Amino acid sequence: MFLINCPHCGERDQSEFNCGGEAHIVRPKNPLNLTDDQWADYLFMRKNIKGIQFERWNHSNGCRRWFNVVRNTATDEILKIYNIGEKAPQIEGNNPKTPSGEPIIGSGNYSTSFEKKQ
Amino acid sequence: MTAKRLKDYGKVNQDKILSFTWENKKYFGYKGDSLAASLLANNINIIGRSFKYHRPRGIMSAGVEESGALVTIGKNEYTDPNVRATSQELYEGLIASGQNAFPNVNFDLGYINNYLSRFFAAGFYYKTFMGLPPFEWGKGTKIWMIYEKLIRKAAGMGKASKMPDPDKYEHANEFCDVLIIGSGPSGIAAAVEAANNNLDVILVEQDHVIGGNLLSNSNFDFEEKKYFLQKAGIKVMTRTTAFGLYDNCVAGMIERVNDHFFLPKNNTPRQRFWTIRSKHIILSTGSLERHIAFNNNDIPGVMTVNAARHYLNRYGVLAGEKIIICTNNDSVFETSILLSKAGAKVKVFDIREKIDENTIKKLNTNNVEIEFNKAPLNIQGNKKVESIDIGIKVGNKYKKVNEEECDLVLISGGWSPVIHLLSHRGIKPKWDKENLCFLPSQSSEPITVAGSAAGIWNNDDCEASGIASGLKAANEIGIKTSDYFFPKQGGWKNPIFPLFEIKSNRSRSKSFIDFQHDVTSDDIRLAHREGFVSVEHLKRYTTLGMANDQGKMGNIIGLSIMADLLQKEISEVGTTVFRPPYTPISIGALAGRNVNKHFRPLRVTPLHDWNLENGAKMIETGLYQRPWYYPKNNEKLADAYIREASSVRKTVGLCDVTSLGKISIQGPDSTIFLNKVYSNAFAKLPINKARYGIMLRDDGLVMDDGTSWRLSENEYFMTTSTAHAAKVMLWLEELLQTRWQNLKVHVTSVSEEWAAVSIAGPKSRDTLSLCVEDPNLISNDNLPFMGLTQTKLNNGIPCRIARISFSGELAFEIYTPSDFAYNMMNILWESAKKFDGCLYGLEALGALRIEKGHVTGAELDGRVTIEDVELGKMASDKKSYIGSAMQKRGVLADKDRETLVGIFPRNKSQTFDAGTIICKKNEIKGYGIGRITSVTYSPGLGHWIGLGFIKGGYTEWKNTIVVGADPVRNKEIDLEIVSPHMFDPKGERLHG
Repeated sequence: MFLINCPHCGERDQSEFNCGGEAHIVRPKNPLNLTDDQWADYLFMRKNIKGIQFERWNHSNGCRRWFNVVRNTATDEILKIYNIGEKAPQIEGNNPKTPSGEPIIGSGNYSTSFEKKQ
Repeated sequence: MTAKRLKDYGKVNQDKILSFTWENKKYFGYKGDSLAASLLANNINIIGRSFKYHRPRGIMSAGVEESGALVTIGKNEYTDPNVRATSQELYEGLIASGQNAFPNVNFDLGYINNYLSRFFAAGFYYKTFMGLPPFEWGKGTKIWMIYEKLIRKAAGMGKASKMPDPDKYEHANEFCDVLIIGSGPSGIAAAVEAANNNLDVILVEQDHVIGGNLLSNSNFDFEEKKYFLQKAGIKVMTRTTAFGLYDNCVAGMIERVNDHFFLPKNNTPRQRFWTIRSKHIILSTGSLERHIAFNNNDIPGVMTVNAARHYLNRYGVLAGEKIIICTNNDSVFETSILLSKAGAKVKVFDIREKIDENTIKKLNTNNVEIEFNKAPLNIQGNKKVESIDIGIKVGNKYKKVNEEECDLVLISGGWSPVIHLLSHRGIKPKWDKENLCFLPSQSSEPITVAGSAAGIWNNDDCEASGIASGLKAANEIGIKTSDYFFPKQGGWKNPIFPLFEIKSNRSRSKSFIDFQHDVTSDDIRLAHREGFVSVEHLKRYTTLGMANDQGKMGNIIGLSIMADLLQKEISEVGTTVFRPPYTPISIGALAGRNVNKHFRPLRVTPLHDWNLENGAKMIETGLYQRPWYYPKNNEKLADAYIREASSVRKTVGLCDVTSLGKISIQGPDSTIFLNKVYSNAFAKLPINKARYGIMLRDDGLVMDDGTSWRLSENEYFMTTSTAHAAKVMLWLEELLQTRWQNLKVHVTSVSEEWAAVSIAGPKSRDTLSLCVEDPNLISNDNLPFMGLTQTKLNNGIPCRIARISFSGELAFEIYTPSDFAYNMMNILWESAKKFDGCLYGLEALGALRIEKGHVTGAELDGRVTIEDVELGKMASDKKSYIGSAMQKRGVLADKDRETLVGIFPRNKSQTFDAGTIICKKNEIKGYGIGRITSVTYSPGLGHWIGLGFIKGGYTEWKNTIVVGADPVRNKEIDLEIVSPHMFDPKGERLHG
C-alpha cells in the first residue's frame, strides 16, 4: 500500500508496479568455471532482507521502464530511486525501524548458501 | 423495561415519521433514529437470541460495540445479517427481523439449550463429537463433518442470502495532509486546529451525524457544527468507517453511501471503499463503556450507562422508569441526574467506599439516591428485567443484601479506549492501573491519539488534546505553530475501583462476558483449568472476542478474570491483537467493481464476430475467446474436429490465429538481440525470411517458441505463443533495459494491431492465389518454405504473408491490420469454399499438430529443456545465448531425462487420456517412467495417438510395450512408443 515515485511518470500506486527482485546481481564472467552451487547462487538465490533492500522495480502498468529502488522492507519506506546501471548508493543507518519493535534481523537476513560457504 | 419517547428531548426530527417492519409487523419511528432507538421507543425488548443458549437478548449499547441487538436487514437477495440495530439508521420501509430463533425471538424453541447449558461449556462440541465416549465409534474427521452441519444450524447468528449480491460497490482514492478519525470533541477540535494551519483535512465519522459523544449532550447541534467545519475547509465524511490502518499513513475506509435507503439512489453504489493517503493521522476514536460480569447480566433491560444517555439526549427516548445504575467510576453521575430530570426514578449503587461530598450533594438535590459498597449480584426476570439483587462483599465473594424492583439496569464498569486502529500498526497497548484500561503506546509513525482514545475522560481535556494533536500534526508536516501541550490522562475526581466480575456463592452462574458468543466467566475458569492460559489460546478455546463485536465489550473482563486466576496483573497477561476490520465490512465492498467479467476481462480477436456469424463454438484460452470448432448440422465436438482436420489434410482450412503474441523489434542491433535471445542461430537470417526459434530462460529451460520474420535490415516481426505473449514481451524489455542497455533496439507489442489467419492444406496456395493482387508473389519459387512477402489482398487490403506450417501441410499465415480482419476473412473464405475447404478451430489445430509432433504449452510447461522436446539440434554451439550456460550442466545434460515421444495404443481401437502416467509393464507405481501430455484422434492415421515424455526417449523404448496407468479414472492400457513425428515423418506434404 505504498506509493512509488517512478522517475519517468511521478508518484503512482504500488499496484502499477512489479518488483523484479534483488538489484546489482552481477553475472559471473566464466559460468563454466563455476561449481553447480555457485552457479545456482547466481541464478536463483536472492536476498530477502528485513530492512534496507536494494531492488529492481518495473512500472509494468505505466511506462514499462525498469529502475532501482532502495526500500526498507520492514516499513515500506523508499529511501532512494535511481537508474538501472548506476552504482548502488550508500545508505546511512542500515538499521530498520520496525513498527512494533520486533527483532531487526529476520530469517531472510541470513543470506544465500553461497555466502555462507565462503 | 418501559421506555417512552419524550417530546422535548433528542435531536431526531419528531415531525418526520418513518414506518418500518420488525418481525413482519409494522412500527413507526422518526427520521434520525437508529433502528435500536425506534425499537426501544416501541417497547420491543427482545431483539435477538444468543449464540449457544438461545437466551433472549436486548439492546445493550448505543453504538458499534453492540453485542445484543443483532438483526437481519432486508430480505431475499438484499438480506444483510448480523447488523447492529444500534448503528443502523432508520429509513422508510426498512425490513428487520431477529436472528437465531425458531419460530421467533419472543418464543424460541432453542431456549432448551439454556437448561442444558452445563453441557455446553467451552470446547463442548469438539470434546464430544470428535470422539469421546459415548461417541467413541465416531472418532475422526469424517463423522465430525456430519455433526458440524447440525451444530452450525443450531448455533449461530444470522443467515446470509445464497443469491448473488445485487448491489454495486466501488473503490475510490483520496489524499490529504491530516486524516482525523472520529468526530467527537477531540476530533472536531483537532480538525479545526489543523485547518487553521492551512492543512488539507479530512474528518471521518462512522455515524451519520458528527459529534461522537457530544451527541449525548442536550445542547449540541450537529448540523450547525458540520456547517462550521465545512466552512473551515474541512472535508467531513460521515457514514464512513475507517476499518484499518496500513503502512505509510494509509487508511482503508468503507463509506455506506446507500445503506440508509431502501434501494440505492441515482445509480450510486451501495458502499464505497476508500483508500486514503495522508501525511498524519489523528485517532480521536473515543472509548467504549464496559459491562460488569454478574449473574444474568444479559437479560433484556441491561445496558451501559452512557447508552441510556444517548437514547435520552440524541433520540429522545427515556429507556426506563425505575432505573438502577451500578458503577465503579465517576462517569455515571451526570447521566443519572439527566435521567432523573427526564422523569425516571434513579438509584445508584457504587462499589466504592465513598466519593466527594459535592457530587453526593448534587445527586441528592436532583432526587438521585446513591448507596456505596454495593454491587449488582443477580438480575431477576426472564424475558425482561424485573428486579435486581444487590450484594456486598464478604470475603472474596458477594452476598445478597437487598432486592430492588426496576425496569432498567445501567452498568458502568469503566471505559476502554478504542485502540484498535493503532493495534493494526503493530503497536501493543499498555495497561494503565490508575484508569483500568489499555492505553495506546507511542508509535514511530506520524500517528497521534487524542481525546478519550488516549484515556482522557473530561470533555474540556478532550478538546485540549484535540487542539494539541492538530498543532502537533502541523508541526510534524513542517508548519511552524504555537507551542502545544497534551492534558494528563484520566480526569475523574474519585479514583475508579477495579471491578470486573461479581462472584457469588452460586455453584453455577451465568455471568456473561462475551454476550454474542455466550462466553461466561465460568468458561474462562474452565479454560484455565484445562491449561489454556495464554490470552491468544484463551480466545480461541472459549471464542471470547471472536464474535461480530470482536471483543469490544467483553475482552477486558475476560483478561482480568484470567489474570486473577493466574495471580498476575493484567499488564502481564497482555491483550490479544486487534486486526482489521474494526467493524464488519461487506465482501462486496472489497471486491468493488472487480466482479464477473470485470474481474477477468474477456479478450476477443477482431475476427470474433465473423467467427460467431459462421457458427463457431468458442473456448476460453487464457483471457482469449478462440473458435473451438465449427459444427455442421448439429455435430458434436468429436465429429466436428475430426471432419475439420481431415478436410485440412485433403483440401484446405482456415483458422483464426490472432491470439498469438506479436512483437515488433526495430533498431540497428535487432539481429544481435535476437541472436542472444533465441537458442538457435539468427545472425544470418535473410530479409524476407522467417525462422522458427526457441527461447530459453536463464535456468536453461524452454520459455517459449515462435517465429521471427525479418522484414528489413533493421526490423523483425516476432510471434509468440498465445499463453506466453505478455511474459515474452516483459522478458525482452527487461533484457534490453537491465542487461544489454548498449543495444540499440526497440520492442513494441503489436498483438492488438494485427489479425492473423492460418490457411493450411494442399489447396492453400490455390485458395490464396484467388485472394492476392499478384498471385505470382506466392508461387513456390517466390515464396518458398519459411519465406515471407508484404503485399495486398484484393480490394487493396495490406497484408503480410509467410509460408509457415503448424499442421505439416502446405500452409500460410496471413496478417492484416486488425481493422481489415473481417474483410480479409470474407475474401479468404469465399475462395476456400471453391476448393471444398473448411473453417477449423482449436481442437482440429491440436489434432493436426499432435500428428506432427509439434509442441505447445502442454509440452512446454516450464520443466522441459530444448533436448527434452527433441529440438536440441536447433540450439547453436557457436554462440552464447540466454540459457546456454546451463546446457552442459548437471541434470539438464542428463541422458536419462524424459524426452518427447509419440504414443500409440497397442490395440488401435482403444483410447487413452492426457495426464496418464507411463509405467513399465508390471511396475505400475509412483511417478512411473513418463507421462502423456496431449491426446487426440488422428484422422490421418485412423486411431488415437498422443504426445508425451518418457525416460530415455524413443530410441530406448521403440520396441517395448509400456503401460499407460490412469489410477484416477481406473484405467490401464498397453502403449507403443513411437517417434513424435507420427504423420508424414519426412515432411513431404509441407512442400506441397
